[in-house]
Amino acid sequence: MQTITNTATRYGWASIVLHWLVGLIFIGQFILGFVMVRTSSQRTAFELIQLHKSLGFLLLGLIILRIAWRLGNATPPLPPSVGTLERRTAPLAHLALYAFQLALPLSGWALVSVSTLEIPSMPFNLFVMPNLPLPESDAAESFWASAHWYLAYASIALVALHICAALRHHFLLRDSVLTRMITPSSAGE
Amino acid sequence: MHARTLGLAAAAACLAMPVYAAVVLGDAAGSYTISQAGSAIRFTIGKAGGGGFDGAFARFKGTIRIDNNDVGRSKVDLTIYPESVGTGQGRIDAFLRSDAVFDAANSPEIQFRSTSVTRTGDTTALVTGRLTARGKTFPEKFNAELDGLKGGTIKFHVTGKVLRSRYGMDVGTPLYSNVVDFDMTLTGRRG
Ligand code: HEM
Ligand code: HEM
Repeated sequence: MQTITNTATRYGWASIVLHWLVGLIFIGQFILGFVMVRTSSQRTAFELIQLHKSLGFLLLGLIILRIAWRLGNATPPLPPSVGTLERRTAPLAHLALYAFQLALPLSGWALVSVSTLEIPSMPFNLFVMPNLPLPESDAAESFWASAHWYLAYASIALVALHICAALRHHFLLRDSVLTRMITPSSAGE
Repeated sequence: MHARTLGLAAAAACLAMPVYAAVVLGDAAGSYTISQAGSAIRFTIGKAGGGGFDGAFARFKGTIRIDNNDVGRSKVDLTIYPESVGTGQGRIDAFLRSDAVFDAANSPEIQFRSTSVTRTGDTTALVTGRLTARGKTFPEKFNAELDGLKGGTIKFHVTGKVLRSRYGMDVGTPLYSNVVDFDMTLTGRRG
């Protein structure tokens, strides 16, 4: 049970599972978003967009949970071997990643809410998700579509940097930064 | 005051009805060509969470034949060109025309051929027939109500529900209802 929460030296299972679950769906959403707007079959495109919306709302729920857990838990400091520059920038990068994780589903939700197509959102065909209370117009739709687009590409650039940093720690610096995000037991001692 | 006026109007309407029907039986017989002017083929599809979207077909053609002695032997033929669908939203129109829904490029016509007409009232009838869309044919029923007969022009109000999934147009269910509500005004000119 003790391994569920974070401690002063390591991540607990809750943080780890949320990180990988959100991380996987997040990258999946980028690929799905990229593919669906380039699909020539209108039917397939429609269905992929509905799936993208369903996963987006699931993601929004998981991210709120993740941020709440993060705020209510200790965060293990980086291992002592990590240099000052990274010690300063890593938390900023993580903060930016959290901001993207919130901003992407919210901008997507705004986009479908203001769209003049008025397509309802029904996550996994389970229930009707209400629209955000924003006035619909073609102008608002193209604004949120480009906001969503810029956020998606900016976030995936940061995620790529984030992955490179994790791989660098593991394979070049050979420290515990990646392994402690994999299991609670293998790191921090 | 209002109630009395309404009551009088209702009584007058009841009295007038059989007369109207009698006139119709004698006078309506003949062949009519459906004219786009004065006709409209509208439809509505309900949406999850309320509301729905409306559309109409701008181009169609057809004939109505009313049998002199036996209304049951009357016939209706209707051909709709799905390319002409309009909802007031260009992106939705393009989607409806595409192979996601009508596939208008490969199936340019939607056809209805009546197989039987049954009178259900003085001015109403149930029209049963075969609807063909995207190469699939199923029996469908529509309610027709005589809405006017003047000179060589006859007007019907036709309503009916069609399940779109049977015609390979199930895209978007259950977000959008499987039931398409048709509401048509068909004006025919004799000849
Ligand atoms: C509630 C959550 C979300 C909703 C409702 C949503 C909705 C949408 C919609 C409707 C589009 C189509 C925009 C267009 O017309 O071009 C879109 C595109 C896209 N979305 Fe999302 N989205 C959500 C979350 C995400 C997330 C978390 C990502 C992750 C990066 C993402 C990445 C993308 C990408 C890459 C595109 C394609 C942009 C392009 O290449 O044109 N979306 N999204
Ligand atoms: C799939 C490739 C990924 C790898 C290998 C990876 C690796 C890691 C590692 C090793 C850490 C721990 C850093 C530390 O100890 O301070 C971490 C933390 C973090 N990751 Fe990832 N990650 C990946 C994907 C993502 C994605 C897609 C996102 C979000 C868009 C993300 C967001 C975060 C955040 C916000 C933290 C900070 C956690 C905290 O609050 O302490 N990661 N990641």
